[in-house]
Amino acid sequence: MKQRLITLANALAVFGALLLLWQLVLWIFRVPRFMLPSPWAVARAVEARFPSLATSFAITAEETLGGLLASIVVGAAVALIFAQSRWVRRMLYPYTLLLQTVPIVAIAPLILMWVGAGTFSVTLIAFIISLAPIIANTTQGLISVEENLVHLFLMHNASRSQLLFKLRLPHAVPALFVGIRIASGIAVIGAITGELYAGSSRVGQGGLGYSILYASSQLQTDYLFALVFAATVLGFSFFFVVMFFEWYFLHRWHESARTPEVE
Amino acid sequence: MTLHVAVPEVEFSAVSKLFGNGRAALEAVDLTVHKGEFVSIIGPSGCGKSTVLKLISGLILPTTGTIRVDGMTPKNARETVSYIFQDPTLLPWRTVRQNVALSLELEGVSSHRRQEKTGALLDLVGLRAVVDAYPRELSGGMKMRVSIARALATSPRLLLMDEPFAALDEMSRDHLNEELLRLRLEQKWTAVFVTHSVAEAVFLSTRIVVLKPNPGRVYATIPIDLPQPRTAASRTAPEFEALVAQVSHALRGARAQ
Repeated sequence: MKQRLITLANALAVFGALLLLWQLVLWIFRVPRFMLPSPWAVARAVEARFPSLATSFAITAEETLGGLLASIVVGAAVALIFAQSRWVRRMLYPYTLLLQTVPIVAIAPLILMWVGAGTFSVTLIAFIISLAPIIANTTQGLISVEENLVHLFLMHNASRSQLLFKLRLPHAVPALFVGIRIASGIAVIGAITGELYAGSSRVGQGGLGYSILYASSQLQTDYLFALVFAATVLGFSFFFVVMFFEWYFLHRWHESARTPEVE
Repeated sequence: MTLHVAVPEVEFSAVSKLFGNGRAALEAVDLTVHKGEFVSIIGPSGCGKSTVLKLISGLILPTTGTIRVDGMTPKNARETVSYIFQDPTLLPWRTVRQNVALSLELEGVSSHRRQEKTGALLDLVGLRAVVDAYPRELSGGMKMRVSIARALATSPRLLLMDEPFAALDEMSRDHLNEELLRLRLEQKWTAVFVTHSVAEAVFLSTRIVVLKPNPGRVYATIPIDLPQPRTAASRTAPEFEALVAQVSHALRGARAQ
């Protein structure tokens, strides 16, 4: 407990030092306000425009969550199909690489054209961009079961569904979580990038990405900083929520989730 | 008067097993294990010891020859066979109790009956204190006990063991050897046991089969007529020493082939 408080104090001290450095740069180099606002101005922008900032945050959070949940469901289902045979994997695996390598900025205009601007198309972009790591990790988890464990199941005349539900699926859960952790970070980036292209422009419906675009075009640099800050908070939140679920499901039995007694 | 001929527990007739690369793991092996025997298979590495167990369990099929387990094909006989692997092969997400219940669960035993059987076995192998622990919290010897309890839960008639104690220190190994024989007194299963250790084989077995490598063949069969029940004291008897010397000698002969 004492250790943790010290860690927290250190982190806060670094944060304070950075703010001080930021303010010093402003004073010494006399940077114009529209290029780099003071920390104080950013804080005031957060306060003054909190309702619209919160709305943008909620919209992007919803899109990210929707995209991530969809990619967990679809990704796990695809991994189950991939795990059935090496032949299926060889045939279909190259297409998941395609998912990973196609730049989202290149297909965002297409999605915009097909489904129109708005929350749905942004969710779709977040989904597409976060799908590959879930498929790859879960598939690996499903097929990397020790041979002797499979033999053990066969010796007791296990059925195909028993092999899947009592052995392969639980064995794949830690790998699934690795996939979700990677995917959650990418989904946030996907949602914000998606909004740059396909975000709704209707009042009160623009997420963080759309608002960033808007604020920069209006040279509202202080609000722009506030939005970037909010985007960071969003990314962190997703990371910690996923970490919590991972801990919750794995801490009793999995080595990775073991809390170190001594730091 | 009827002539009663007991069906052997395991019978290999002219069994050969070729691997994909054309190397013969086993060649023309004849081997009979009668009911109630404890047969250890020993031999230099590459002599096909583990292959014998895999063939009995039906996990692999022979290239030529026939194998009968209690008069049936290995796959059909599986219901009465349990396999103990070199590693404990526990499911890390299950507690000790749930791991022991796994074999019964897979064979469709009702949950009430499962609880009864696992409860009795946990007592028998001395795991009562750790029933709710997860495998990562157990020592190597404890994990192996869980593995043994799981194998015995289905009340097998034949127990196949592939170097189950190889990874343990000598103290735990000796102790578990004694436990294994104690369990056998209560449950009366037939055993085929693969090991590297001559002393372990002599201590446990009623008969030792020495295999020679390249290709795997039976080199010698040595009956072990030490008195039963065997205890830690059996290891210090002069007959024990003599048998260890005899098996070691045969093993050297097999290696030289």
